[in-house]
Amino acid sequence: MNTAATQRRKERIDRGIKVRSDGLYALMSWRELAYLIAPRALLIVGLLALPLVMPGAYWQRVISIVCIYALLALSFDFLAHYVGLVSLGGAFFVGVGGYLSAIFNTHWGWPVLAAIPAATIAGGFVCTVLLLPCLPLRGVYFAIVTLMYPLFLARVIEALNILGGTDGIMGIDSFPSAWVEEYGVLVLLLVSLFAIRRLVNTDLGLVLRAVKDNDQAVKASAMNITHYKALAVFIASAIGCLAGACIVHIYMWAGISVFALDFSVLPIAATVIGGAGTLVGPVIGCLILVPVSELLRDFGTLRIVFYSLILLGFITFRSEGVMVYGQRKYQQFERWTTI
Amino acid sequence: MSDTPLLEVREVTKAFGGIIALNRVSFSVGEGEIVGIIGPNGSGKTTVVNCITGFIKTSAGQILFRGQDITGKPPHKIADMGVTRTFQIMRPYYSLPAYKNLVIPLFSPRARRTGGWRGGGRLGDRNTVGIDILEEIGFERDSYVPYKLTSTLPTGYLKRLELARCLALKPELIICDEVFSGLSMSEIASMVPLIEKLQMEGITLIMIEHRLRELFQVANRVMVLNFGEKLVEGTAEEVMADSRVREAYFGSEDIEEVMIHA
Repeated sequence: MNTAATQRRKERIDRGIKVRSDGLYALMSWRELAYLIAPRALLIVGLLALPLVMPGAYWQRVISIVCIYALLALSFDFLAHYVGLVSLGGAFFVGVGGYLSAIFNTHWGWPVLAAIPAATIAGGFVCTVLLLPCLPLRGVYFAIVTLMYPLFLARVIEALNILGGTDGIMGIDSFPSAWVEEYGVLVLLLVSLFAIRRLVNTDLGLVLRAVKDNDQAVKASAMNITHYKALAVFIASAIGCLAGACIVHIYMWAGISVFALDFSVLPIAATVIGGAGTLVGPVIGCLILVPVSELLRDFGTLRIVFYSLILLGFITFRSEGVMVYGQRKYQQFERWTTI
Repeated sequence: MSDTPLLEVREVTKAFGGIIALNRVSFSVGEGEIVGIIGPNGSGKTTVVNCITGFIKTSAGQILFRGQDITGKPPHKIADMGVTRTFQIMRPYYSLPAYKNLVIPLFSPRARRTGGWRGGGRLGDRNTVGIDILEEIGFERDSYVPYKLTSTLPTGYLKRLELARCLALKPELIICDEVFSGLSMSEIASMVPLIEKLQMEGITLIMIEHRLRELFQVANRVMVLNFGEKLVEGTAEEVMADSRVREAYFGSEDIEEVMIHA
């Protein structure tokens, strides 16, 4: 090009402190240590403080719902970006986990704190077994089947009038107290988040990521990919069922609305807003989206319009997601250079 | 060499719809041999690899490994028995650093059983074993190359990474699908001793190649495929003297070059 004007471009360079705190040496300096710990501490303390700063029981309940959706978004992000299975199964997992916990609690009389873990594990098994047939397939099949099951199960319950039919299962015990509910779901969310973050960096996690990257090469490495996909689906669906089990005890009711597609769609929107593949991002996305959708209730039916506009804005102007943007600002600085 | 060959392919046929990609191909590979498979484009070379390693199902015929029928077994079971392969179009895990690529095969049941590569007994840290294997295969341990993101590596290293994945499984047989293609002359020159070293360590190799000169340096026997049928089998000189082979390769530069050197 023969234009006289000098061309400029933006250069991104890792901050010194980021580079210094990469290795083990970070342990030798408080500054570097603080640099590493601060974002994590902010998230943990921030989340744990939320119920305390919320005005009134209504907004405290909103925080519980945020955590439920965050668990689902976490499960979606893990499956989609670390195993390569795009799941629309939020509603399926919530439904299975919710109904199981409701049955354990009302029919068998188990206390809430036993019914939830039991529903988590049992629900994980049920979902994995039901999804097994489509695991050897690649592509869109998994998404379609996960979308089909909640519709299917809801209609079966309605048509056969089992499990309370359209009235649902009533008389489910609530959490022992509002504080147990709040902090129960918050702690479960934090534990799941950090557990998954750790899992994806272990050798097993690398195998799962390899399945996403190149499943043929994993087969050639003498490994049964269906086995590993099933394991990942079990982990993700157990997290989803945990969310479902919690929500029926929050509402004290399990009906066919636990199979609502909101549970599938909102986590995906939250993942887009928060930053795909970051695991923390989807949680932050839910922290934004769920309260926003509550605030928009005043607009009645226009609510969905505003909601869509907000989503559209995020996708157009910050398609990388809040978390990816934040990480970049935290770890790198930018400057203009002439070329 | 024992009386049962390591690998025996009996009358294997593969049809894709009406197209017959392989027509009653039979051959056997003895323990410790290097067997080359050559043929013009579309002659069914890669299909043979895919059939042996279970990536596609054969239409008819039988494949025996150490006398055991492996026809129709899934790829991971066949790899678990020690029959490994490289891919013509490299299939590394691009989003991982190079050495982390080897954590995956080292995680497999076979590597846990055999200790992976030369290790016996307990495996130890997979990252360390992975870097050992990479060093063996030509990645400089002290350079930054093994730690680089795989997507930034040049073709030469990716081809080596394919071989490294096989080695991590402590294989008995490696089927190399065009490991020399896409490499520069000097890169090939550094690969040849590597192949010879693998043979000395007792690994049997089947090599599918277009680079005939380098193949003839290492291969004990060569088999020629054309339109899915086996034309001839024998030493390099025997094969190249065959009129049908000359016809199949007519006009090809490779063969002219080999003829001059023969």
